[in-house]
Amino acid sequence: MRIVLFAKRNTKEILRDPTNLFFGLGFPLILLVLLSIINASIPTEANNTMFSIENLAPGLAMFGTAFMALFSGMLLSKDRTSSFLMRLFASPMTSLDFILGYTLPLFVMALAQAAITLFASCLAGLELTVNLLPAILVTALSSLLFVGFGLLFGSMMNEKAVGGICGAVLTNVAGWLSGVFIPLDLIGGAFKKAADILPFYHSVQAIKAVLYGNFGELLPHLTIILGYSVVIFALAVIVFQRKMSGGKA
Amino acid sequence: MNAITITNMSKKYGEFTAVDELNLTIEQGELFSLLGVNGAGKTTTIKMLSCLIKPTGGDAVLLGDSVKEHPQAVKAKINISPQETAVAANLSVIENLELIASIYGKDSKTVKKSADKMATQFRLDGVRNKKSKQLSGGMQRRLSIAMALISNPKILFLDEPTLGLDVLARRELWTCIKSLKGKVTIILTTHYLEEAEALSDRVGIMANGKLTAIGTVAELTEQTGTSKLEDAFVMLSGGAV
Repeated sequence: MRIVLFAKRNTKEILRDPTNLFFGLGFPLILLVLLSIINASIPTEANNTMFSIENLAPGLAMFGTAFMALFSGMLLSKDRTSSFLMRLFASPMTSLDFILGYTLPLFVMALAQAAITLFASCLAGLELTVNLLPAILVTALSSLLFVGFGLLFGSMMNEKAVGGICGAVLTNVAGWLSGVFIPLDLIGGAFKKAADILPFYHSVQAIKAVLYGNFGELLPHLTIILGYSVVIFALAVIVFQRKMSGGKA
Repeated sequence: MNAITITNMSKKYGEFTAVDELNLTIEQGELFSLLGVNGAGKTTTIKMLSCLIKPTGGDAVLLGDSVKEHPQAVKAKINISPQETAVAANLSVIENLELIASIYGKDSKTVKKSADKMATQFRLDGVRNKKSKQLSGGMQRRLSIAMALISNPKILFLDEPTLGLDVLARRELWTCIKSLKGKVTIILTTHYLEEAEALSDRVGIMANGKLTAIGTVAELTEQTGTSKLEDAFVMLSGGAV
């Protein structure tokens, strides 16, 4: 019950901030429009499908979820520095109430964001199929990685630092190393190797696999994403529990 | 009857001793002020008593439950208003009050009733639907204390409740705190000695993690041969008058 109460409070805190609404829902749509315009101006003979809607839609769905790290990190950090968390730590709430209370609203937001981005992509030419539904679910699952990053950094750093790391560094790394904005296969080398090791490229490939019905390709990518998510979440829980049991909150 | 019994309670961080074998009893309904210079160990003591950190030695029993053995039982009986305002910025006054009441397990009907009562008691009725980040500093402090009281705590910890407030807002808050005397056991930390003088039944002075003096304001001034609590405090904290 306390999980639901806390999740509701966190949903209100996030949605009542216009900046969050812009980055959470508006920004992926703006990118969709801009990159679609760029794609339309690329001559057919260039044979460049980088920004075709089939590549763009899953990429932007994943990129949008990167902002979940910013939302969760900023909220947690703000709760710590304002001592709101200290008040709640002194209440009968448990660490499970806190972790799930922060995670659930962001998972639901990631579902909504993925649905908006993918359905908007249909208006831009993406084929409307039933596979959109599992693609939305896989996008939301891959968002857990970013929620975990946010909780980890939010447990350790102040708002300014979280804004820098989750808002600037992480979104850029996720953007560049996912293959959304640059052709990784063409570049190859260390850049491609780094992308293969990190989970962001695999998130896009997992969404792509279900979106186009290639379910057999899903598991290897999903395993990597969930593996990273489990590790990051475990670290976040350890750091958070240390704060709860006596670290400087 | 004692609300709080502290026995040899200590907190060490490596070689550093923040609180050193503290022994203290506080009666039910008493308003007890804990004074001390920065780093004296006041906030660490409050954090141990409110189960935010574990003592490394000794124990404290709050209304029959040990902070070490039964922290969840202790948490159900206490509440805290931290040094910072500690309110949810984008939630309205009423939403903040309802959230805390719900977290402490009140049913929805009682939650609404308690939130209305607290908003009236702390003169927040006129701003009940305003986001808390839009309130003045004084109003935010009043909300913070109302949030601490909505769970009907038997013991309330007020950590620097009037820090940064202007004189009028401070006096308003004093009136609120005075109205609680006798009903709730209150442990107050403050740097404003006139505040301790105006509100406290007894005062404890901490220095270097130890309780160096305890008594009523009259007893402390008599003990030090001074006429003001401020002079007594300086002497008992190891300074020169």
